[in-house]
Amino acid sequence: MKIKVIVTLKNGVLDPQGKVIQQTLNGMSFNKVTEVRQGKFFEINVDETNETKAKIQVEEMCKKLLANLVIEDYKII
Amino acid sequence: MKSSVIVFPGSNCDRDMDVALKKFGFKNQMVWHNDQSVPKSDLIVLPGGFSYGDYLRCGSIASKSNIIKSVIEFANSGGLVLGICNGFQILTETGLLSGILQQNRYLNFICKNVFVKVKDKKNKYFKNIKKDILELHIAHNEGNFFCTEQELKSLEDNSQIAVTYCDANGLEKDDYNPNGAIKNIAGIFNKNKNILGMMPHPERMIDKYLSGEDGSLFFENLLGNLK
Repeated sequence: MKIKVIVTLKNGVLDPQGKVIQQTLNGMSFNKVTEVRQGKFFEINVDETNETKAKIQVEEMCKKLLANLVIEDYKII
Repeated sequence: MKSSVIVFPGSNCDRDMDVALKKFGFKNQMVWHNDQSVPKSDLIVLPGGFSYGDYLRCGSIASKSNIIKSVIEFANSGGLVLGICNGFQILTETGLLSGILQQNRYLNFICKNVFVKVKDKKNKYFKNIKKDILELHIAHNEGNFFCTEQELKSLEDNSQIAVTYCDANGLEKDDYNPNGAIKNIAGIFNKNKNILGMMPHPERMIDKYLSGEDGSLFFENLLGNLK
């Protein structure tokens, strides 16, 4: 079963790369862009047929390795 | 005094550290990341570099490596653990030190000499050190120390801030903050002050002609405090 995870910086944590991307987009005349936040995307194959069971394991993975909870939030989708 | 330098795939300051430790009288041994335990040591050093290619987050993969359990046990039993640069990043990822090292605020790799102020001398690393301001070298892309307000308060309340970026006279202004670190923090301790993580490299400042000798002061002093 494939579980997808998005890890992003918490609100309020400075994202310098996002800022540079936003400025570049503005420079390319995408004037309506007011903010960009950059994150990470994971696709994890878990040998489970039960989605709840798989997601419980992925949740643990997020807490222990995939995200650093000091600055990052994770979302299992 | 015996020391161990842990070598990860991608470590690149391990040999400099080995040279520095031996120069000042440590009997040093190199320990591979896949080993199960660290040999008996008075000091464990996690060296600088790019362990596991900085994959995921700097230090995150190393913080789950085979050898790390043994390092954590050693640290929790009061053993001295010194993390330099990537070693500091690994220590925060293991949870032995609080906070995290984020990317530098202007997204550039910084490689230069800086001055740091010694903020606490009630510990094995800086007790009796002859200078309050040291000139050391930094070389990193992720040295921007960040932590929650609560963690910062705890660091301040327990005098866990070890060194801060400053100018030659010890002025700690943002102008002398190379990477955007909170409160100019260049290095911190754990609560018991047996674990020190810092971005600057003392092992690069041990030669009068090539660099400067403030790193020598650090190692000589550390050895003196351990004897």
